[in-house]
Amino acid sequence: MSTATLPTAHFDLEPMTGPSKEQLLELSMGPQHPSTHGVFRMKVVLDGERVVRLKPVFGYLHRNHEKIAESETYLGSMPYTDRLDYMCSITNNWAYALAVEKLAGIQVPERAEYLRVITGELTRLQNHACLIGFLMQDMGSSGTPLMYAFREREKILDLFEALTGARMMCNYMRFGGCRVDLPAGWLDQAKKVVADFPRFLDEYEQLLVSNEILMDRTQEVGVLSRELAVSAGISGPMARASGVDYDIRKVDRYSIYDRFTFRVPLGSHGDVYDRFMVRLLEMRESVGILLQAMRAVPAGPIVDPKMKIRGFRPRPGEAYGRIEAPKGELGFYLVSDGSPNPYRYRVRPPSLINLTVLEDLCVGRNVADIVAILGSIDIVLGEVDR
Amino acid sequence: MVGEGILKGMAETARNFFGSFVSKDRLTTVQYPEEREPRIEAARDFPFLVYDGADWQQGMRCVACQICEKECPPKCIFIEKSKDKKPDANGKPQFYPAVFNIDISVCMSCQICVEVCPFDAIKMDVDYDLSTDDRFGGLLLNKQRLSKSNDYYRRIHPTEAAEVDARLAGERARQEAKAKAATEARLTATAVQPASGEPR
Repeated sequence: MSTATLPTAHFDLEPMTGPSKEQLLELSMGPQHPSTHGVFRMKVVLDGERVVRLKPVFGYLHRNHEKIAESETYLGSMPYTDRLDYMCSITNNWAYALAVEKLAGIQVPERAEYLRVITGELTRLQNHACLIGFLMQDMGSSGTPLMYAFREREKILDLFEALTGARMMCNYMRFGGCRVDLPAGWLDQAKKVVADFPRFLDEYEQLLVSNEILMDRTQEVGVLSRELAVSAGISGPMARASGVDYDIRKVDRYSIYDRFTFRVPLGSHGDVYDRFMVRLLEMRESVGILLQAMRAVPAGPIVDPKMKIRGFRPRPGEAYGRIEAPKGELGFYLVSDGSPNPYRYRVRPPSLINLTVLEDLCVGRNVADIVAILGSIDIVLGEVDR
Repeated sequence: MVGEGILKGMAETARNFFGSFVSKDRLTTVQYPEEREPRIEAARDFPFLVYDGADWQQGMRCVACQICEKECPPKCIFIEKSKDKKPDANGKPQFYPAVFNIDISVCMSCQICVEVCPFDAIKMDVDYDLSTDDRFGGLLLNKQRLSKSNDYYRRIHPTEAAEVDARLAGERARQEAKAKAATEARLTATAVQPASGEPR
């Protein structure tokens, strides 16, 4: 039976014979898989253990976010943006708020900018902690290092709950500032969490940096060359691990990031090990930014006093707002026709764009490397599928 | 030495394991449901309607303006306005909701209904033990199930409730002052009148 009559014919993975002259095995990794970071499917063609072709299949978590946004008001879409990259709800809110503020020309007061930076960097910390924990988990450590990372993440989620009311679906940003001001004692609690964080990073480095199993499984695996990274539009820690010096916080200098001194870690090999080390170093830089920001929070309003919650109708036009989300460049493209609902609402998902090079990274490697490479790309299916 | 990195990692794991017997910081598991941590004050689960006083129907703050219904993103609030009016806390006759249903299987706890309510009538609850095996209406909460007293609100969110109470009391005081000034103005007007007309 030729593949042309099979139901998967349109996926064009025709059988070939590989170098070992044995028949190739077509395997479907996912969508139910503990290590694919969500409902994600990869059709892999294997020659023994070596990957010959790989085709990612996604869309299992498609929830019509962009279409729903066309019938919701601008504010009504804000809780839906929480659920895009569901680990980092605050940075999703921020990118959307930035796009609307560009569209309507809204100014953000000082105190709100500081709160945005503080909560945004806390989000980056907990996302990278999650990711590094999942690295160890995917390599087969049965959950213990993952739970160490989650123990630190829980402290940050407790901070979010005290501030916004919810651990993950924060719905914190508003157009022109933030929704709610810091409760009494929050800043002290946050300072304590941030002061304790480097100790966790030191412990984790001890687990990671010279672990022979980890080094064997991640060094020279999934190498992404600098040229491919630039031409495929890769952004975020994945691009920086390949040596591309592009951090939107330094390039766009959005919000008040130009007031803080922080370095941008760059990798030189572009392999899985580099991608994780870049994230570990980024966590240290985030701690530095947080310490600087929390020292200097000014008093004042937390939202532009001219903004109303109801009846918001921006003038017709279009705007693209982007931020350095923990996963890469998260952008929102909004087209307004003067009505309370956007005419077109488009999300630029970093996870999806970073996923396009998966086949190039995996071909020639073993099956076991696929999981490590996928983990290092750092995808969240909520963002890939929207 | 071969395996040195792995041994260092194991030392880390051992430190966490033995440390969990000694320091509370390393023992983070809570034996739910026998042990429950107290909720963080600002936590939010699903909305509820606030009523003042003892009678949930008389004291309900909601005046069925339907703003929360319009602003709710997943449209999980269903309101039907009453035909008659009842007096509110200030004595002014207001409409009230004849039907107020929230479908909590749709509600995403975004809290926008609380933000837009002009009467502080709907607030976020912290009750999460709401699971039921009635799939055809068990998660559609009606007006009576949603109504909880202001004392309950003060217990679950003390800071927020204190701020709301202070603001409502301030508004009530301003209303009363305005009403008093209006009656005084009317009294002085009628007191002046007989001088220009026939003595009564």
